[in-house]
Amino acid sequence: MTTLQIFFIYFAVMTTLSSILVITRKNAVHSVIWMLVLFVHIAAIYLFLNAELLAAIQIIVYAGAILVLYLFVIMLLNLREEDTKKKFLSQWPLGLITGVVFIMFFILILGKITVFPTPGKYSVEFIKSEGIMMTIGKVLYTEYLLPFEVVSLILLVAIIGAVVLAKKKIS
Amino acid sequence: MSFLNLNFMYIKPIAPELIITCIALILMLLDLIVRRKEVIALVGIIGTTLALYLTFKVYGLAGPQTVFNGMFVLDGYSSFFKFIFYINAILTICISLKYMEIEKAAYGEYYALLLFATAGMMIIASALDLIVLYLGIELMSLSTYILVGIIRHDTKSNEAAIKYFLLGGFSSAFLLYGASLIYGLTGTTNIGAIAAFISEKGFAGNQMLLLSMALFTVAFGFKIAAAPFHMWAPDAYEGAPTSITAFMSVGPKAAGFAALGRVFMVAFSSIKVEWSTVLIPLAVLSMCIGNIVAISQTNIKRMLAYSSIAHAGYALLGVIAGTNSGLSSMMNYMFIYAFMNIGAFAVVIMLRREGFKGEDLSDYEGLAKNHPLAAALMLVFMFSLTGIPPTAGFIAKFYVFMEVIKTGHVLLAVIAVLFSVASAFFYLRVVMYMYMKEPRGEVILTTSAPICIALAVTALIVIVFGIFPSSLLDFVSLAISG
Repeated sequence: MTTLQIFFIYFAVMTTLSSILVITRKNAVHSVIWMLVLFVHIAAIYLFLNAELLAAIQIIVYAGAILVLYLFVIMLLNLREEDTKKKFLSQWPLGLITGVVFIMFFILILGKITVFPTPGKYSVEFIKSEGIMMTIGKVLYTEYLLPFEVVSLILLVAIIGAVVLAKKKIS
Repeated sequence: MSFLNLNFMYIKPIAPELIITCIALILMLLDLIVRRKEVIALVGIIGTTLALYLTFKVYGLAGPQTVFNGMFVLDGYSSFFKFIFYINAILTICISLKYMEIEKAAYGEYYALLLFATAGMMIIASALDLIVLYLGIELMSLSTYILVGIIRHDTKSNEAAIKYFLLGGFSSAFLLYGASLIYGLTGTTNIGAIAAFISEKGFAGNQMLLLSMALFTVAFGFKIAAAPFHMWAPDAYEGAPTSITAFMSVGPKAAGFAALGRVFMVAFSSIKVEWSTVLIPLAVLSMCIGNIVAISQTNIKRMLAYSSIAHAGYALLGVIAGTNSGLSSMMNYMFIYAFMNIGAFAVVIMLRREGFKGEDLSDYEGLAKNHPLAAALMLVFMFSLTGIPPTAGFIAKFYVFMEVIKTGHVLLAVIAVLFSVASAFFYLRVVMYMYMKEPRGEVILTTSAPICIALAVTALIVIVFGIFPSSLLDFVSLAISG
């Protein structure tokens, strides 16, 4: 077993473990802290894929911004009452069965993959010579211009929605 | 690698989307200076009409034009769906003006969000790439979630928005799962390239492909509200403002069908047998649950929600046929459904007035005595939804059933007809209440010019296309050829 494999196994196990902890903690603040652990480990997995930029974005955007937002929201809500209630709905066994069946499906299918698609032009060597920011920037503004613009519209709608839903009642 | 080469030719195919988006942005700004919502609504209608004109001008003329590296296509198929979206937007604006005032939620952003949702639907119809398709779905859904919850002082509206949002997000996750599997298999997200890769490598029986298809079915099943993925629909439809119920029972459903048709007929064309086997139980279950559960409803919005589930089942038959003419029968169905459904909701909206919900079936008792015209219009829409000739609803159902029989699914057509007969029970119950019962209390209708125009247009279309369907059928056939 190489060092790389040992590291990968560590990060993979920790990702799974911390995501299970996120959904099983009673205290919402604890859940969010475990989510932080989860995000950091996912960022490390991105590094294994030579995606340094994604790893940085994962840390800055998710761990930095979104998680803080979660914490704010949790602190604004009064969750004392929630602590005394049951964590899961009564349907959780059904959900578990569905999840396990899905995992089985995926395992079955992953074993069947024999042909991999031909690799695209953005190989590791290409990105090393061009720089990851440069490559992503170029692709985003040329090939993926339309999706990029649509995303901006989606964000605009999200902002409008937040404002509209927080408006005062018309008297 | 080519850099930004945006000349006018490049933008021309996407012009209608740009107009709708620009008008939506203008409406946001206009809301700051103009107090009267009528002006905002009028600008919205004019903008949508302009986009409709542009789409109409190129409809059925040239072959498909692709831009943005093959991610966006202007063809007859997408243009036809865009007509449905324009009509949906215009009619919804017409029926919501007065209604939103009564609900005390007459925000200017309402109209902008309607247009943003419409832009999202148009992107879905034109998407040739799974990423663009997903983003279009998100744009449409996000706008619709907000619209559902726009009466924010009403807990029912809030609940509906939350339910719709959670399940919508859930279905998006399924779509992304499916897309990522397909990407892993073929190395591309372009719908055409996926099909080419699969047929070239002989991947037709690949399990990964089948699982991906199943995940796409779940995601689109949510969007078109087909059973067993319909759980959100009755609650969301009941809690939403009635005008938005009309909007989302037509627009997102048609957009879901547009995506379903494109992805399944093109990307998954090599596994047609498999996906039609998956879609058949979906269609039968939708017709069954939609029509049977609707019988026990006492709230008319809930009843129409179940009816919309059933209609998703009928329209699915056109896709199951798996032929181009089957697809055009589905498009024809959605086109007619838009008119008859919004018409029915327009009548429901008229009953709403300050301090009176008018959503109970019993509120319709004896409507014909006091308001014969409104009752007559509701009669036309109910007949059409049932599929009784000479209304357009009959034509819609007739062609879908015919296509499904042509491809050898006779049993399926028989089941559909049987459920169609069962549906007469709850549609005609409304008619029976209006005509054969004595009025219980005085029902005052809230009328305004826009809603009257919307009612006149929808009723006229439903009757005219019911008697002379050939012009509509010619129009639809242009979509597949052009």
